Amino acid sequence: MKAEGYERRRLELAGWPIEVETHKLGDVYYCTINNVDPGARFARAEAPTREEAERQALAKAERYLAQTKRHPIS
Amino acid sequence: MADVLVTTDWVAQHANDPGIRVVEVDVDTTAYDQGHVPGAAGWNWTTELCDTLTRDIIPLKKLEELLGKSGIDNKTTIILYGDNNNWFASWAFWQLKMYGHEDVRMMDGGRKKWLAEGRDLTTDKPTLAAKTYKASGPDLSLRAFLPEVQQASAGKKAALVDVRSPAEFTGEILAPPGLPETCQRGGHIPGAKSIPWGKNCNEDGTFKSADELKALYGGQGVGGDAPVIAYCRIGERSSITWFVLKYLLGFKNVKNYDGSWTEWGNLVGAPVEKP
Repeated sequence: MKAEGYERRRLELAGWPIEVETHKLGDVYYCTINNVDPGARFARAEAPTREEAERQALAKAERYLAQTKRHPIS
Repeated sequence: MADVLVTTDWVAQHANDPGIRVVEVDVDTTAYDQGHVPGAAGWNWTTELCDTLTRDIIPLKKLEELLGKSGIDNKTTIILYGDNNNWFASWAFWQLKMYGHEDVRMMDGGRKKWLAEGRDLTTDKPTLAAKTYKASGPDLSLRAFLPEVQQASAGKKAALVDVRSPAEFTGEILAPPGLPETCQRGGHIPGAKSIPWGKNCNEDGTFKSADELKALYGGQGVGGDAPVIAYCRIGERSSITWFVLKYLLGFKNVKNYDGSWTEWGNLVGAPVEKP
């Protein structure tokens, strides 16, 4: 089998730039969320539709991002 | 292309040739099971590429077992690839070189490029005939430990390259967004230069050309004449920079400090520079 419908896009979530990557393999859509900088995958989900996979992955990502604090740098 | 890199096309044609073993190593340890290059073995960095009791690289005997059961002997050409632009594939590459494996290469672009190109994937795990592997080393000239990094910072005898994101370098964040904080202090090792790992790569995940990389590092005064120590948070992103400097640019003396910020940023009394 081959990965189908691979798509990658950037958006902002909870104040952070993220990248949403989705592809279909067999009957399942896989969505992963990466932070743009440094580019680490930190949330993912799989579902029968692209929309549902992305919705679940983004919901997880938002929860995780809410725990990232910005600290004073001086 | 440097002889340590192979293209996705090359892998599509040669993945199952005798004497070749393709291995996937991902940050997301479930990615291999979602679909991988047909014939590829999968290694889990959290359990198979480390000492699970001591914070350390994989012990020699464990490496020999892992390679043996993966159908790899000392003459096998190992092709590594993985997600996140080969983060943990580079981590595996670094360890394999420490243990003396001769022919290790990286699939340029990693899993990201393979998926984007719509190439064949399978969820079937290959049946691999076990082989006997004899490792040597580890060659610790490729690895930096804390005392050496402290001396490098204090004496400016080696270039320290911090490959984390600019926000981690300044201490604005203590871990990449969305990941748990794993240190007590933010900032960077005094004297380190910020050259984020992502600058090594193109948008499709492939490595930039040697000329571009030379300009990137040369522009920051990292030219290969002096020793270089790369670090990040836990040592995997810095494996990519280590790979780039040592194998794509041919620097002679490059070490990966895998203790990285999780060691330095938690160390009592360690000086930290901000921003």
